[in-house]
Amino acid sequence: MTKPYAFFLGCMIPNRYPGIELAMRNIAPTLDIELRDMEGASCCPAPGVFKSFDKSTWLALAARNLCIAESMGCDILTLCNGCYGTLKEANEILKTDSEQRDKVNTILSEVKKEYHGSIQVRHVAEMLYRDIGTDKLSNMIKKPLPLNVAVHYGCHLLRPTKYREIKSSERPRFLDEMVDALGAKSIPYRDKMLCCGAGGGVRTAALDVSLDMAREKLQNIKDAGADLIVTPCGFCVFQLDRGQIEIKDKWGVFFNIPVLHYVQFLGLALGLSPEKLGVYNNAVPTDSIIKKI
Amino acid sequence: MTEPQKKVVKLETLDPGFSEAISKAGGEKINLCIQCGTCTASCPSGRRTAFRTRQLIRRAVLGLKEPVLSDKDLWLCTTCYTCLERCPRGVDPTDVILAMRTMAVQSGHMLDRHKLVASLVMKSGHAVPIDDTNRKTRTSLGLSELPPTTHTHSDALAEVQAVVKKTAFDKLVGYEWK
Repeated sequence: MTKPYAFFLGCMIPNRYPGIELAMRNIAPTLDIELRDMEGASCCPAPGVFKSFDKSTWLALAARNLCIAESMGCDILTLCNGCYGTLKEANEILKTDSEQRDKVNTILSEVKKEYHGSIQVRHVAEMLYRDIGTDKLSNMIKKPLPLNVAVHYGCHLLRPTKYREIKSSERPRFLDEMVDALGAKSIPYRDKMLCCGAGGGVRTAALDVSLDMAREKLQNIKDAGADLIVTPCGFCVFQLDRGQIEIKDKWGVFFNIPVLHYVQFLGLALGLSPEKLGVYNNAVPTDSIIKKI
Repeated sequence: MTEPQKKVVKLETLDPGFSEAISKAGGEKINLCIQCGTCTASCPSGRRTAFRTRQLIRRAVLGLKEPVLSDKDLWLCTTCYTCLERCPRGVDPTDVILAMRTMAVQSGHMLDRHKLVASLVMKSGHAVPIDDTNRKTRTSLGLSELPPTTHTHSDALAEVQAVVKKTAFDKLVGYEWK
């Protein structure tokens, strides 16, 4: 039976990488998923910055988004680790801490909304792995992808584990299994769990530091001989893709490694055309991988 | 041979209630720290900068309130949470840092660029709002020119604005409504 989800877009995906949004909308029917738009949703709001500035504002704005999904009667599905971090944590806090819930509901009464705690927040990677599974995924593929993939999990998909479904954050395997299931090969690389450098407001506060972290990561990936990077996070895609151009302008090194979101990569394996997966809108060209498949 | 550094910290300049205040602001377990340095060793930011999580926590426990809150390095944490997962005392250093940041913002130490990001959410509902290039990209991909978010629902944007007014976030950031 088709399962409906409240499709939470966030900021980075619809406003900077709409190709990822397109890919998700186009692979959903094949996966027997129905996506329902969350009309009037806002920024999650971003965990690193807003939670740093003022936790009660962060919680109230997140709760407003959760309320939209509650009124639709659907669990939330998100394609960004940052959105997942905020919405998942806010949902857990509000479900378990009645004092915080009362405070938030007092604020939300201002806009005639009330948080009830009736839904779950799902990340697409976690949902695909746990609800569909790698066996089913590999049975669905029409076009195996003979590529060496550097998998980048992204911090907020896994940590803090106290607010996550998947409890392994030092050496997780599930995303590698999901890449291997598509006929590709997840290759090992040095310091694989290193942060992309974009989170916590660091990209805004100290671009040099943020890009230097991405540079270290990209160098390790280049050294391992990866054909591309696959990540399940919109913000990590932005940092690792657009960041390569910024690193080139700043330090004169161009890594030229294509970056895809997992849903785009999955779409290719499901046999959808690259145009339907919006893979041609990146800063670093993706033609090299399309030619290889 | 290098002379040992003599750094004098005068008791009267310390705020003995600082770690308690951090504790109340969300860094509950700061006083459990045994200064083992697992946090610093795990930190991707500290690898390339002078940011030292262990030192930050030590200074906070000592009561060096103003130097800690005004330190720009406080904003070099990417919130990767590696230290939080590895801390053998369960201090939850990332939560401690977030609590310190909240106190820094309250005492007026907020970076202008962060104020800008905050104001974008108040203005558009998005920390990263749409731009002309991506309006065109969306259309060329066959998506709606604007996503079905606060970008297309002015009543929803009004709700976001009402929420931030209610929590006085606009005043905290010094946002001027136009």
